[in-house]
Amino acid sequence: MATKRRTGAEAMVDCIHAHGVEYIFGHPGGAAIPIFDALVDSPLKFILTRHEQGATHMADGMARASGKAAVVLVTSGPGATNTLTGVMTAQMDSVPMVVITGQTITANLGLDAFQEADVAGMSYPIVKHSYLVKNVNDIPRIMKEAFYIAESGRPGPVLIDVPKDISGKEFEPDYNVEMDLPGYKIPTHGDVNEIARAAEFLQKAKRPLLLVGHGALISDAGKAIRMLAEKMEIPVTNTLLGKGAFPESHDLSLGMLGMHGTAYANKAVVDCDLIMSIGSRWDDRIVGKLSEFCTNAIKIHVDIDMAEKNKMVRPDCFIEGDAKLVIESLNTMLRKGDTKEWVAQIHKWKKQYPLQYKMHGGLKSQYVLDRMYHLSEGKAIVTTDVGQHQMWAAQFYKTDQRFHWISSGGAGTMGFGMPAAIGAQFAKPGQLVIAVVGDGGFQMTLSELATAAINKLPIKILIINNRYLGMVRQWQNLFYEDRLSGVDLVGNPDFVLLAEAYGMKGFRIKRNADVDRILQAALEYNDGPCIIDAEVEKEDNVFPMIPAGAPLSDMIIEAPSKKMSKPTGST
Amino acid sequence: MTRNIENSHSISLLVANKPGVLIRLALVFNRRGYNIDSLSVSSAHSESFSRVNITASGDSKILEQIIKQLNKLVDVIHAKDHTGEKVVEKELALIKVSCVSERRTEVFQIVEHFKAQTVDLTDKTVMIQVTGDTEKLDAVESVLDSYGIIEVVRTGKIIMARGEAQT
Repeated sequence: MATKRRTGAEAMVDCIHAHGVEYIFGHPGGAAIPIFDALVDSPLKFILTRHEQGATHMADGMARASGKAAVVLVTSGPGATNTLTGVMTAQMDSVPMVVITGQTITANLGLDAFQEADVAGMSYPIVKHSYLVKNVNDIPRIMKEAFYIAESGRPGPVLIDVPKDISGKEFEPDYNVEMDLPGYKIPTHGDVNEIARAAEFLQKAKRPLLLVGHGALISDAGKAIRMLAEKMEIPVTNTLLGKGAFPESHDLSLGMLGMHGTAYANKAVVDCDLIMSIGSRWDDRIVGKLSEFCTNAIKIHVDIDMAEKNKMVRPDCFIEGDAKLVIESLNTMLRKGDTKEWVAQIHKWKKQYPLQYKMHGGLKSQYVLDRMYHLSEGKAIVTTDVGQHQMWAAQFYKTDQRFHWISSGGAGTMGFGMPAAIGAQFAKPGQLVIAVVGDGGFQMTLSELATAAINKLPIKILIINNRYLGMVRQWQNLFYEDRLSGVDLVGNPDFVLLAEAYGMKGFRIKRNADVDRILQAALEYNDGPCIIDAEVEKEDNVFPMIPAGAPLSDMIIEAPSKKMSKPTGST
Repeated sequence: MTRNIENSHSISLLVANKPGVLIRLALVFNRRGYNIDSLSVSSAHSESFSRVNITASGDSKILEQIIKQLNKLVDVIHAKDHTGEKVVEKELALIKVSCVSERRTEVFQIVEHFKAQTVDLTDKTVMIQVTGDTEKLDAVESVLDSYGIIEVVRTGKIIMARGEAQT
């Protein structure tokens, strides 16, 4: 093949395009100009964001809505450091992303040159992998490796730091170059003997429970899990990020477990005699007090990441492999189970302890989300920020499909929701995308309203506006004698006027009686993005709740009447 | 000098010889609060790879996690804790002792006893090179202590699995 001379930047753009990427999110700057120049003649569409953090969350939303790596392009120094929150968010939630950062010229590295920062060095603890390109000839190989590493195995972000002299230099790229990753291994099928042991445990269990997480979604194990659950009649609970791995509207679904999970899911975890985690990492949000977690239950753990073995829970059986392949193989070994009594018990709990809220007083967040779920027929891709609204959305907006729930789980990054919705809408132009955000988190990245407006993306930004940093207020209220500190969001802008300032449509809900009418109007509005400012009750708390570090049996189902001691867990 | 031998682990790694590898390794130890007691890095048989030997002390359960985290790094071919396995362990120390000519014979006897060597000599000092396992080097140090040790430099332990086992 005759090779054409290309600059490093052009070769990078070629590789990104060849990988099937359509959009790049980012913000330019001096050290990245050669790469921006290469974009001019490329079919790639560049989405200019208002802040680099927004670009990373957009890429994140796009990746989570599509399952494919999305690309961010920024400049050196502050441009690059602004991406780090988004990179960490992607790393914590196993999201494939390739972040390209401009860098000062090679000769200036380490000399405190203008906008120089050791970005590769800063990235080490928060990426799956990172590169500093020192030789233009390495670009085709590095680009190939970056996408491969980002998307395969347990996905994650890969950062590529590219000095300006390298991106500007001409060379003859070899796009057929082999990857050089001798240390990179991806588990696939899992050990047959361990799978057989798991099958034996499952067959014997009287009160089995499946716990499905993000890994199940990433590997597209939904169908296999459903087959397993239905064949054996095993109830299924999901983590926050596992929403959609098993339909939450399914009869066997218990919805989300953990700190703010459903009472019946947590009761099932306490009472089960077997728990099988599929692509979940037994996060502290779901395990509570580790020493008292499922002490009498057999624990099975399926994970593609060996480093998750024994990290939290010590399982009786660990299967290192891809969730889909492992469960498919497991399904061939199982006969129909008999769990009638157990399932009946669970249905009893579901009736006894449903998710509920009281309708007196002002506008209820739960009601708004509950109605949004019904009016949109549960079909929306929902993105969230972090806090009370996130938990309420997780509880009341049931997720039935893969890629329909996009939330910052591990990192808990406020400001994630709205830019993530932008990315998701780019990935799925025909779908309804709703960003459920709090008034606190929303203001951290609201500059991206411009990005949504310019691109006429019909995202619905539903602000659960309680004029508080509600989750912290809830903790201070429950555990710190209501000594509120640093949580009052006095000075919020008028969000409807703000929408108008960006040339967008703004709706406001103040009363429960108006919820349906206004949500319906917002859902029907498709001429670009809109904001729905839901002025909800200021002082509502999320229940059920398990205090951090407490065993699941300490769950509080309703607002407690007596004073509570401070939780032992971290946050 | 005291070393907590009980909690001490010998870890060996084969890694791709690429920039940043060492920092990535060190960060894994740092994040879990593990102290690296010694570290030795050298080129492996092929120049594309490096050998890293680390001795570190701390809780075994945490170490299990550290080993897995090390193996997870893209540039790590394998990482292994060789503690309690059949391995050859060697370390080299250079020890500079203050030694006037009248006491040389005594010092030379010690050197001979430990099959060490003198590698530098002045009228006030003698430099001794000693190789062996960590305990031996510790023993030499402690015997020489009474003569007045001026400086000690140790390479850190390197290990290799015996027989056909892989390091």
